Amino acid sequence: MEKFGFAESQKYDTYASRLMPRAELFTPGHRACQGCGEALAVRWVTKAIGPDAIIAHATGCMEIVSSGLPQTSWMNPWIHVAFENTAAVAAGIETGLRILERKGKLSGPPPKVVAMGGDGGTSDIGLQALSGAMERGHNFTYFCWDNEAYMNTGIQRSSSTPFGAMTTTSPPGKRSIGQSTWKKDMVAIAVAHNIPYVATASPSYIFDLYFKVRKALETPGPAYIHVLSVCPTGWRSPTDLSVRLGRLAVETGVFPLFEVVDGTYHLTVQPHKIRPVKDYMKPQGRFRHLREPELDYIQKRVIDRYRDLLAKCGLPEPEFPFLPKEAPAEENA
Amino acid sequence: MAKPKAKPAPATAYAPSHRVGMEVSIAVSDAVQLARAEAIAAYPITPQTHIVEHLSGVVANGDLEAEFINVESEHSAMSACIGMSASGARTYTATSSQGLALMHEILFIASAMRFPIVMTVANRALSGPLSIWNDHGDIMAARDIGWIQVFVENGQEAFDHTIMAFKIAENPKVLLPTIVNMDGFILSHVVEALEMVDQETVDNFLPPYSPRHRLDPKNPVTMGAFAMPEIYTEVKMNHQATLTNSYEHIVSVWDEWARLTGRSYNPVESYRTEDAKILLLTMGCLSEVAKIAVDELREADLPVGLLRLRLWRPFPFKDLRDAVGDAELLIVCDRAISLGGPGGPVMSEVRSALYGQATRPQIQGYIVGLGGRDVPPEAFKDIVNKAQAEMAQGTGPEFHLYGVRE
Repeated sequence: MEKFGFAESQKYDTYASRLMPRAELFTPGHRACQGCGEALAVRWVTKAIGPDAIIAHATGCMEIVSSGLPQTSWMNPWIHVAFENTAAVAAGIETGLRILERKGKLSGPPPKVVAMGGDGGTSDIGLQALSGAMERGHNFTYFCWDNEAYMNTGIQRSSSTPFGAMTTTSPPGKRSIGQSTWKKDMVAIAVAHNIPYVATASPSYIFDLYFKVRKALETPGPAYIHVLSVCPTGWRSPTDLSVRLGRLAVETGVFPLFEVVDGTYHLTVQPHKIRPVKDYMKPQGRFRHLREPELDYIQKRVIDRYRDLLAKCGLPEPEFPFLPKEAPAEENA
Repeated sequence: MAKPKAKPAPATAYAPSHRVGMEVSIAVSDAVQLARAEAIAAYPITPQTHIVEHLSGVVANGDLEAEFINVESEHSAMSACIGMSASGARTYTATSSQGLALMHEILFIASAMRFPIVMTVANRALSGPLSIWNDHGDIMAARDIGWIQVFVENGQEAFDHTIMAFKIAENPKVLLPTIVNMDGFILSHVVEALEMVDQETVDNFLPPYSPRHRLDPKNPVTMGAFAMPEIYTEVKMNHQATLTNSYEHIVSVWDEWARLTGRSYNPVESYRTEDAKILLLTMGCLSEVAKIAVDELREADLPVGLLRLRLWRPFPFKDLRDAVGDAELLIVCDRAISLGGPGGPVMSEVRSALYGQATRPQIQGYIVGLGGRDVPPEAFKDIVNKAQAEMAQGTGPEFHLYGVRE
């Protein structure tokens, strides 16, 4: 695990691509939309977890595009039961493997157990099962594919939809600016369970994602990885911009990449200059209706939260070139 | 609760057993222990609690080599059971009432995915109003979940059927989850005398579970894929055929148990039905009370008999038709009500099972004992009298809700 530590994972960012596994465990032929950031994330996460792992998946986009009877895109042993119970199913698998190992019924060490679900299946309907599984300390890794709405059912808002976003159930109108609440902080909820490993990740940062997955799997006990998954269909963004948007989410500080190891925060990708949120929001049709006051309001919140995170990581302030010169100094005083 | 000391068993041709007095919930827990369940997930709900309390105790003491997880809801209990069973472990859980209702969604999935989970349901009324007491409203709401469902009458049956349920469920030609229904409190919390069998007998009867398919990286499979309209109907047909065909395997396991212990069980049990013109039909432990009423009515020269439906799913159509024979009046006593419908769910199914018969009795439905309301032998005698009077008149209402206070 030390081999893939947080500092090392930074180095691999530039030159280790040929060392990455070639085997595809999430095979082509699935029915994900063009430009799907989530399918890209699943592809790289399955490469990182390898074949010796059992996957429990929640109902949602990735389940529907990949598992139409009698076909499957999954090379791992894979199970789908329902929408809200993936963490409980994974907990059951982990428990079953534990007793079978103790009774000598397994040949070799038990496989890793992985659970996957969307933002709705994680932060809304599946929150209770996930909280229970984390509290009980099952040895499993949970992945939240966060595309920030119920995309599978037609882009309805979830508690993970960002403030101001247009969805089919949070439409802007004469009395609405779209989603009227701030995105639920699932990462903080996971951290509050005092589990050994929590991280954010993005398929736009493959190496960062890869090594976080390895660390999560090698950590005994529950681990939680929150993956921002760009959704061109739901975000109303050009399909060729998915990877770029994932990078912009990090470069604007909207979705910082960090990990929390035994309660200690590390920022794993550190942009030297933070870009304005407009750069991230402008290519997305779901924010098209927002005007300057709302964008300023969101910008302020993003900076505040980013500064909170830097303080937790013990890192100095980066540059905010778009802010008036005196503003950051004043707030730092 | 301390177990009474076992007395040496008398020498018989049957497997060794000893007679003990114990709370029925603990007898069920002992049966699960004897069956060597490997993985248990449960959430506490009255009146199921004594079963899982005792089981967690035997796991904690190492008397049962198993994993017991205390999940955060019944929904997660059934979900975790699916995960446990999919991993290849022999899986057990127990619940009641609201708990069964909360896991409702997952019950259908467990049977469609063919996981041989065994579950005890300590039957209890559904809210509202909140009631912790016994009726069959909980399981009747879960009638169509595609599980094998058995109703037991007393502690001995609860013990026997819990062990047999594992053997039935895990039969490769069945592979269906199985529910053993026992009346909450009225049965679950009473102390009864029963014959316990020993571990060796159960081990010979029930071999270790070796699943044909499980989640294994060496042989990866996809479980729980979704179905388009082209294939959904075929999957349902397969499930339906398997559940119907499980009948012969259920009966064969019961027969094997009878040869082993001398206690034989039938899908429909008949009591004093010879030449009976009037038949009562009951499920669960109402039957023991009804037997008293039948005895007393027989003494008064009334040709009354009792049918007891033990196997609820798959529904034993032929056994029922044979058992009804040429009776003139069949009174079905339900412990649940289908509101705004035909009354009792059992009555409605019995009536449709007999409808196609050339000769059939008049069928009257009486709903009794809701939410823990006591049903003494006098109630059955009263019901028989009222039903006879109604038959003399011709037709009556769709059903009777018996014992409503005016």
